[in-house]
Amino acid sequence: MRRGSTGLSLVSGLAMLFLYGPILVLVLYSFNAAHLSTAWRGTTLKWYAALWHDEALLAATANSLLIAVISTLGATVLGGLMALGMERMPLRRQQIIESGLALPLVIPEVMMGVALMLLFVTLKMPLGLTTVMLGHIVFNIPLVTIMIRARLRKLDPALREAAADLGADSWQVFRHVTLPFLRPAIWGAVLVAFTVSLDDFLVTFFTAGPGATTLPLKVYSMIKSGVTPEINALSALLLVISMACVAVSLHLQRREV
Amino acid sequence: MATSSTPPFTASEQSLSSTLPTIDIRGIVRRHGAVTAVDRVSFQVRRGEFFSILGPSGAGKTSVLRMLAGFEDPDEGDLLIDGQSMLGVPPNRRPVNLVFQSYALFPHLTVFENVAFGLKMRRVSSALVDEQVRQALTMVKLLGKETRMPAQLSGGEQQRVALARALVNKPAVVLLDEPLAALDQQLRQAMQVELKSIQERAGLTCVCVTHHQEEAMMMSDRIAVMHQGRMWQVGSPREVYERPCNLFVSRFLGVSNELPGTIDVSSGEDRLFQPADNEQAPLRVRFVGTEQAGRSATLSLRPEHIRMAQERPSTSDPVLSGEIEKVLFAGSDTKYLVRVGHDRFWETRMTSNASSSLFSVGDPVFLHWSPTDARLYFE
Repeated sequence: MRRGSTGLSLVSGLAMLFLYGPILVLVLYSFNAAHLSTAWRGTTLKWYAALWHDEALLAATANSLLIAVISTLGATVLGGLMALGMERMPLRRQQIIESGLALPLVIPEVMMGVALMLLFVTLKMPLGLTTVMLGHIVFNIPLVTIMIRARLRKLDPALREAAADLGADSWQVFRHVTLPFLRPAIWGAVLVAFTVSLDDFLVTFFTAGPGATTLPLKVYSMIKSGVTPEINALSALLLVISMACVAVSLHLQRREV
Repeated sequence: MATSSTPPFTASEQSLSSTLPTIDIRGIVRRHGAVTAVDRVSFQVRRGEFFSILGPSGAGKTSVLRMLAGFEDPDEGDLLIDGQSMLGVPPNRRPVNLVFQSYALFPHLTVFENVAFGLKMRRVSSALVDEQVRQALTMVKLLGKETRMPAQLSGGEQQRVALARALVNKPAVVLLDEPLAALDQQLRQAMQVELKSIQERAGLTCVCVTHHQEEAMMMSDRIAVMHQGRMWQVGSPREVYERPCNLFVSRFLGVSNELPGTIDVSSGEDRLFQPADNEQAPLRVRFVGTEQAGRSATLSLRPEHIRMAQERPSTSDPVLSGEIEKVLFAGSDTKYLVRVGHDRFWETRMTSNASSSLFSVGDPVFLHWSPTDARLYFE
């Protein structure tokens, strides 16, 4: 047992290093004073300061946030309604829809991006912020539905019966029993959807038009003219925001009764 | 409680007509696919009555309760509460409240909010809500725990909250689904007494579903025994226990010591019953009926009607000989398993005192009883 666990720690340590090493390097270099990244020339915060004066970058950030907020809202409402609706269906149909829901999560995102682009072009919708939002809503619905469904399954049916028995109509049952019970899962889903939307590159790339540049798209275009420490700083910031969202989401879900 | 004011919950407050049964169930049938869960069940419950539906699991008793609450609809028959048919009336519009087996307390609401839920749904003013919730909590002795969350309460306290949450609405009927099943033995017995006294004080009409025969007998004014979707017998606990209508009811309500045999010739007022085991002498029995000699039947006897003797008693009462197989000391009572035939054992009881040590395993013993105490069931 003791000997086995030493080997196990070694392997897990290496795996963690492999996973987080590059990220660690990136964050470290965002504090590097050197212009050409590889050599260390002392610590600085000037790259973070530079971010604040980059108009194009700020515009991209604003786009990203707007898209994330609207698409999260849309996906949460639609995905939540989907989860509630599915629950009333016969079991067989629920299973069919469930496998359909998992599909967008497993098909290559490139395909999803191309498919959405083709759809919007066919519908003669000009590519822009709206199409990006719609695209993000599409890939976030399954996430939201699956998370809310998981919580809904834990709701004791007797609770809703008890509410009805005490005089609550179906809206009041939802308002006073189902919704409070789902609240942690809803917040969890909101934060995950928000993070996924903020980080998304592929679907955004195919559905964004001119003027709809998001943060990941902006980073990509900046990299084409060489890796600058400014990108490191930006990435480090994104990383912190994403991690915070995920941490809050996990915390909320763990607190479920 | 102030002496001048009327008790908070009285049956008279809700009475429409004192002659009308509160619940009138007429031939309800409920099918689940090919299975008939409830088969032509009819019964009435009077105002202020504690009525229990007793039966093993799968008997259909919970289905009856759920139909009263409105969670299921009968496929046939009618169901009236205070003279009004409840068919098609959704649960939130029925004058009944259910105490769930799992209590189903709202985990995100405090004790107060749980109890107030029904009143809030009916938009009762908050001052009145406050007063009535307090009354209900006083009744179940939970005053002072208003701000607790259900998860912070013991099982017994949760049970009381569930009860308060139902009776605060002053429903025409309180429905109880295995109300004490989740409590441990001691608490269960204490709650039986308390539930019964709350019911009497508040004048509640209760329909209680249980598989626990002792609980049903202790709390109920009347008991209905259900089995395989049918209601076999309805009566007072004493009636159902002492005069069960068939062997199932007899066995379900308590220990039924049985002996197969045939009806023999008459002996004056009594008839003679010849046990199938021919080594036993004929037994005098008394019953109403005109069954012919030679008809096969099963004799059934409750343990408390049996007396034990070491010597054959000189009596005209029926006597069965046997041998002590096992002595089971159970505290205040001692149970004896007596072999009365090749593969047949009867259970008898004696108060645990000096005389009970007279009998030990392997002793021959004579069982005798009064002919009026034995019951005969014909096939």
